[in-house]
Amino acid sequence: MNQSTVTEPEPSAPAKESSGVLTTAQLVEALPGALRKLDPRQLIATPVMLVVEAGAMLTTVLSVLDPSTLGWMVTVWLWLTVVFGALAESVAEGRGKAQAASLRALQTETTAHRRLPGGGVEEVASTSLHTGDVVVVAAGERIPGDGEVIEGVASVDESAVTGESAPVIRESGGDRSAVTGGTVVLSDQIAVRITSEPGQSFVDRMISLVEGSARQKTPNEIALNVLLGALTVIFVVVCVTLYPVARYADADQSVLVLVALLVCLIPTTIGALLSAIGIAGMDRLVRRNVLAMSGRAVEAAGDIDVLLLDKTGTITLGNRHATELLALDGVSDEELAEAALLSSLADETPEGRSVVELVGGRRPVPAGATLVEFSATTRMSGIDLDGREVRKGAASAVAAWAEQRDAQLDELVERVSSSGGTPLVVAEAAGGRRRLLGVIHLKDVVKPGMRERFDELRSMGIRTVMITGDNATTAHAIAAEAGVDDVLAEATPEDKLGLIRQEQQGGRLVAMCGDGTNDAPALAQADVGVAMNTGTVAAKEAGNMVDLDSDPTKLIDVVEIGKQLLITRGALTTFSVANDVAKYFAILPAMFVVAFPQLDVLNVMQLSSPGSAIVSAVVFNALIIVLLIPLALRGVKYTPSSASALLRRNLLIYGIGGLIAPFIGIKLIDLVVSLLPGL
Amino acid sequence: MSEVLPALGQIACLVVLLVLLVPPLGRFLAHVYTSEKHLAVERVTYRVLRVDPDADQHWRTYALSVLGFSLVGVLFLYAFGRLQQLLPLSLGFPALPADGAWNTAVSFVTNTNWQWYSGEAALGHLMQMAGPTVQNFVSAGVGMAVAAAFARALSRTEQGGRIGNFFADLVRTVVRVLLPISLVSACVLIVFGAVQNFAGSRTMTTLTGGTQTLTGGPVASQESIKELGTNGGGFYNVNSAHPFENPTAFTNLFEIFLILLIPFAMAWAFGLIVKDRRQGIAVGGVMALLLGLSIGLVTWAEMAGVGTAPQLAGGAMEGKEVRFGEAASALFAAATTGTSTGAVNAMHDSMTAPGGGVVLVNMMLGEIAPGGVGSGLYGMLMIAVVTVFLSGLMVGRTPEYLGKKIGQREIVLVALYILTTPLLLLVGIAVAVSFDAGPAGVLNSGPHGFSEMLYAVTSASNNNGSAFGGLTSGTPFWNTLLGLEMLFGRFLPMVLVLALAGRFASAKRLPANAGTLPTHGPLFVTLLTGVALVVVGLTFVPVLMLGPVVESLS
Repeated sequence: MNQSTVTEPEPSAPAKESSGVLTTAQLVEALPGALRKLDPRQLIATPVMLVVEAGAMLTTVLSVLDPSTLGWMVTVWLWLTVVFGALAESVAEGRGKAQAASLRALQTETTAHRRLPGGGVEEVASTSLHTGDVVVVAAGERIPGDGEVIEGVASVDESAVTGESAPVIRESGGDRSAVTGGTVVLSDQIAVRITSEPGQSFVDRMISLVEGSARQKTPNEIALNVLLGALTVIFVVVCVTLYPVARYADADQSVLVLVALLVCLIPTTIGALLSAIGIAGMDRLVRRNVLAMSGRAVEAAGDIDVLLLDKTGTITLGNRHATELLALDGVSDEELAEAALLSSLADETPEGRSVVELVGGRRPVPAGATLVEFSATTRMSGIDLDGREVRKGAASAVAAWAEQRDAQLDELVERVSSSGGTPLVVAEAAGGRRRLLGVIHLKDVVKPGMRERFDELRSMGIRTVMITGDNATTAHAIAAEAGVDDVLAEATPEDKLGLIRQEQQGGRLVAMCGDGTNDAPALAQADVGVAMNTGTVAAKEAGNMVDLDSDPTKLIDVVEIGKQLLITRGALTTFSVANDVAKYFAILPAMFVVAFPQLDVLNVMQLSSPGSAIVSAVVFNALIIVLLIPLALRGVKYTPSSASALLRRNLLIYGIGGLIAPFIGIKLIDLVVSLLPGL
Repeated sequence: MSEVLPALGQIACLVVLLVLLVPPLGRFLAHVYTSEKHLAVERVTYRVLRVDPDADQHWRTYALSVLGFSLVGVLFLYAFGRLQQLLPLSLGFPALPADGAWNTAVSFVTNTNWQWYSGEAALGHLMQMAGPTVQNFVSAGVGMAVAAAFARALSRTEQGGRIGNFFADLVRTVVRVLLPISLVSACVLIVFGAVQNFAGSRTMTTLTGGTQTLTGGPVASQESIKELGTNGGGFYNVNSAHPFENPTAFTNLFEIFLILLIPFAMAWAFGLIVKDRRQGIAVGGVMALLLGLSIGLVTWAEMAGVGTAPQLAGGAMEGKEVRFGEAASALFAAATTGTSTGAVNAMHDSMTAPGGGVVLVNMMLGEIAPGGVGSGLYGMLMIAVVTVFLSGLMVGRTPEYLGKKIGQREIVLVALYILTTPLLLLVGIAVAVSFDAGPAGVLNSGPHGFSEMLYAVTSASNNNGSAFGGLTSGTPFWNTLLGLEMLFGRFLPMVLVLALAGRFASAKRLPANAGTLPTHGPLFVTLLTGVALVVVGLTFVPVLMLGPVVESLS
């Protein structure tokens, strides 16, 4: 998809995403944290694992009272099951730790220059700054806290937060006024009004997010936990009632074996990995430089039905490019090209530069030339050279300057407009005669690959709406070229808000991104609002995610990450439950074969002895957790496609796979375990 | 080979009958549960009951109405049973014992129709008609009302928990659906030989010179509603094996048809009520798939005569009527346990071990293949919600069913629903084997004796009502235990279903798009079938292992 023919880097490429490989070092590093999690007071959050721990305690007592190989094998592996579960969560948290450490370095206390109400400046510790304080930051100094620039303009190095090495401009007023505590002013001096209390800054929030400490269970995670809890209760009842039932059938079962059966049946795999999946999902976002303020927002991202995308910078390259010169009758193409070039030599706007590129390269501005800058009143720019004046600009302005009208020109202008372009008219005055030369066709260039992305989104059931200030004709032309589903033309911030409300009324979830203060209401209203890091404080407060790269296309990645998170949960739950079938085939015949020898035909895996069968099932149950940690961290593979296709694929892999895999796994473990004496 | 063709032929006849009649009846049911008009006779009923049929009830009110109405039924039946000797047409039968009256009262109100007594030797005609027979109508009506309310809730949007009017649903079900169909079918049964009179018992000399006591009575009328309302409580102890209840091979097939008619029609009506016929077809499809599976298995087991004794005897005819034979008995057994009917035309105790195992599993499924009238539909829909939750995650969206999000509160209700029956069943069987009074009534020893108890508890907790036989259940222990099983097995799930209906009625109905998991079509049907089987399998495999599985393999 990333056929990067554009000069602009494709920011959505998951360059920073290291895959979910799990190294031994990582596991060792995570072990102390995992052991701390064995405290039952912590485990209460994952009821499934709490049951396993209770079972492990019980079998420990039983094994101490009545030692046997079977007893100790089961006991050891039950404890390992609990440890592996804790390990999964610990590993997931560990991945954010390094990032948190580098962020912490930003928080070293600095000295801030706080303005006094009566004028003058005092030196205070950065940690004692409060909302509303105004500080002055000069070149070379670190900005002491989150805030808004209220005076001046400066270039700021934000690489510590965003990872982007190029400095950015921060200035008062407008949409680039927000600064982040810990970043460094490189040039000039600015006055900043602090907008966060100590300990609640952006960097603080980022640290707690990447560490997973601030993580709250998301609604869907809670719902899944309820279902897992219900399954656990059912299996507890199955195993407890089996005791008297088996005794009635003269097939008495020891408590140890029943505990082993219970642990194998309850959904330990997903129970152990559930929180790791959630942490890893957030981590994936962070690796793409998106900070979600809540896990809820990430989940909502997976449910998005409508995506509002700004045209400029998201769907099209930020600038218009000159693509064509249309000469009037009686004017040669060369003549028009020459005039267009001359008029653009001094024009440093991207549009101006693109005209120069179109007609054949830059050359120095001829000596003795007078440059005419573009102004909002004249709406023209140009050059005066040896008594010759060349102008280019908006059609009506240039026509007024040339003091003439031309039907053919009107027709050309109309043609360019209706194709989604912007016409620039070129005219010259030489020898006292002013004449119109022709039209430069400026075109919005749709980013390469956008159409394919929108097709993907459509197959996922997501509708894209392009938001633009352009008139309807232009907007529709670009929309058709980019392949978006709908257009909101001549949009005001109120229109945007209205559109979001209207979609939500119909029960649809809406995602959008924005940066300006006037985007704030819409960002707050949207179910998923991604604020650009370059944006204003208001926008960042209103959204529920911040994109540090300020790349609006990232919204699409966010949706995919949200979906992947849910899919991983569902896939591992299915896998976990499907595993139970094989475990029954291993354990039940083993339990009852002594009383009912005919049950040996159900020992389809031909496990060597009842004891070894039970141990093998328990060992498999523990090992599968470790084996699946990488998958939990990485998330299951996600390719955008329709719901049916996704379901079919995941059912095949995790449902059918979950049925078959344990048969093989348990058999292999049995081959090893059966070598143990006393089983 | 000669036996196989008739076996397939009767199944084919049944399929044709159902395919022809389920859609129109489903259409009619959908109309009954959504129309705003009342019939004159219904208006009179509402006035007598002093209820406002147009009040749109909150789910709590609806649930209280269900519980209140049923409580009145239990008290009335209990009193009737205890005072029988004082009432006319008692045929001289004495009052029922306290535990027996309790069991019978609960049994009929919960649509279970478990009978610890022999109908013809314990209940007089008035008791039969005014007690059990009335409940045969209204308990079926309650089940259908709850299912209709659930379907309606799914079709609503932002109604603040309002799901319709219980009394309107109940009265319409009885007046417009159950009475007319049972009247017609009773006539059919009479034409083909079922008895309908008020005669008492008559003793006569048989051809071989012995004497036999025959009891007449209003049999055909009870028979038709017994099957139609998936009730199952027979006039005679041997139920539909009795020639007065079920005289011919044709009436046998007709009764099976009556058993299956409304459960499938409810699925069809569901699709129409939620305004997407495909949803009803999918749900009905899963029901048909599961039923087909069990019919196939039971028929195979009985016709092949699996097991040592049947092999020696040359067929599994023990406990079966010669009139019907193996195939027709197997078909009846699968239908009666797949629904919550519990009528029998053969002794399930004498079925082959695998055959008996399959009918047990049928009930353990929670009777969703196709289930009791109403209860089959809502039972299946609850499993559908679980399925949607799991598979919805796998397509990367917060799960939703018919545009209703399945969040935390919803899944709590569904989880409790899924928990209820297994909990009742497993705790019940554990209690039964732990006390001496439980196994005391068992006829056989070993795994078969265990199967007998397991069957009784399964039948009661799932409101089926069929008995395996072999178990003498008319003891205070069993009457009390099974009564509790039936009561909680019926009303706990109902309240949970209504609570979920309330949630759904309050929620927005979200539009579907390409990212939404389709809940129709072969993929979902397969998945739903799989989830139903896996959930039930994982819960009950250990107890089944010690009963039918061990028996089958011996």
